[in-house]
Amino acid sequence: MFRYASDQALYFDRPPRETDLAALARIDGVVNLHPAYESTLIVFDPLRTTHEAVERAARLAATAEQRPGRHHTIPVFYDGPDLLAVAEHHSMAGERVIELHASAEYSVAFLGFVPGFAYLTGLPAALHTPRRAEPRQVVPAGALGIAGAQTGIYPRTTPGGWQLIGRTPVELFDPAGDPMSLLQPGDRVTFFPA
Amino acid sequence: MRIVVTSPGMLTTIQDLGRAGHGIQGVSRAGAADALALRVGNRLLGNPEGAAALEMTLLGGTFAFPDGARIVLTGARPAAMPVYQRMEMAPGEECRLGAFVAGARCYLCVAGGIDAPLTAGSASTHLPSGLGPAPLRKGDTLRFHGGGAGSGRVPEELTRYETRIRVTRGAQWAQCNEEVFYASEYEVTTDANRMGLRLAGPAAASGQNGQMVTEGVPLGAIQIPSNGQPILLFVDQQTTGGYPKIANVISADLPNVAQLRPRDRVRFQLVSPEEARRALLGQEELIRQI
Repeated sequence: MFRYASDQALYFDRPPRETDLAALARIDGVVNLHPAYESTLIVFDPLRTTHEAVERAARLAATAEQRPGRHHTIPVFYDGPDLLAVAEHHSMAGERVIELHASAEYSVAFLGFVPGFAYLTGLPAALHTPRRAEPRQVVPAGALGIAGAQTGIYPRTTPGGWQLIGRTPVELFDPAGDPMSLLQPGDRVTFFPA
Repeated sequence: MRIVVTSPGMLTTIQDLGRAGHGIQGVSRAGAADALALRVGNRLLGNPEGAAALEMTLLGGTFAFPDGARIVLTGARPAAMPVYQRMEMAPGEECRLGAFVAGARCYLCVAGGIDAPLTAGSASTHLPSGLGPAPLRKGDTLRFHGGGAGSGRVPEELTRYETRIRVTRGAQWAQCNEEVFYASEYEVTTDANRMGLRLAGPAAASGQNGQMVTEGVPLGAIQIPSNGQPILLFVDQQTTGGYPKIANVISADLPNVAQLRPRDRVRFQLVSPEEARRALLGQEELIRQI
């Protein structure tokens, strides 16, 4: 259930959606959490506590009630540079990719990679597509991508290897906001062609 | 009291000890790349350890002090200025750092600490998110508090930096060919910054990507992407990743990483979790002696 990560961090192998992250954050000496799909990385101050003490406290942290989450409807220009490559990969027309992508409801699994990047689950199986063989050095802010069974929007211009099928003008990350990210774990998202 | 930026140098940012607690938003901690150098500089000036200071990269800036100042430089060594010494700047005097002759990051600490606005509890610049003040530009004026006395000397051990980096095993260490990894030298490429350092050397892992479920990545993780060349994740790091992590730099050696320059050659040494903890506690004991 726990794995050593570094001399100031350990993995708690329980899916964050079933974990009371607020309770983990309150553990004495814990300074940060990096949740992902199946685990949460717990970062602590090694001068204030130890792996063993954090583990003991985390075991007692209650299983979370599912938060209902908000629903977001996000406009997308489906004109990404990889739209045709994705369509070809699945032997379907570009319009069909758009129709399928915009028909599903997605859930925010966690935010990671870069500030405000929400990993969305719920991509229709017919659209699952491997990452690009060569990652792009520059993916513009607002680009909507697909990687394997995931879909997501790049909040800022970064390098990236996801297949880009569209873009949105919606601001996903505001450093002055509370919370800073528009999409929060547990939220639901649907896209519509703009 | 004021600092006027005559020239910012290559990349100069305001840093304190960073803002932990926003990993859930995908935001890493930031803060001084060499937190040891920042803390030592502040202690020498009688400041709180986490007082905000300037972090300069490879090429230092030129700064004027219209109202005078007491300052300390720590970390990387500029050619013409002493490090780890309190210096009195007369009103109007200028401090010109130039290129560093050793190390990559030099901290300019001022008595009282720099008075910068706090975002989410920290004055640190986090480059990937735009949190905190922008990197310094020519003509910027910063304020600092002044005052404070400061005393004490720095134990010599805290001013030395090594290219031998101690690590513990990473979460996917079983994928690492440890005989290769710990016997080889790796060169720091020019793609080295606060987010991470790309290294070049013998491939030490099969680098089977896409096999792993994305998980959180700790500070100092050494991950192996598909080309087999290690990436060491640093203070402005991504918070999650899907590449295997073969090793992790121990906390006591993170300052050594902060001082690596492109083309430096490093070696990694595997230590146990107990040794990692002892090294950190030993380092803290020395810091408390200042």
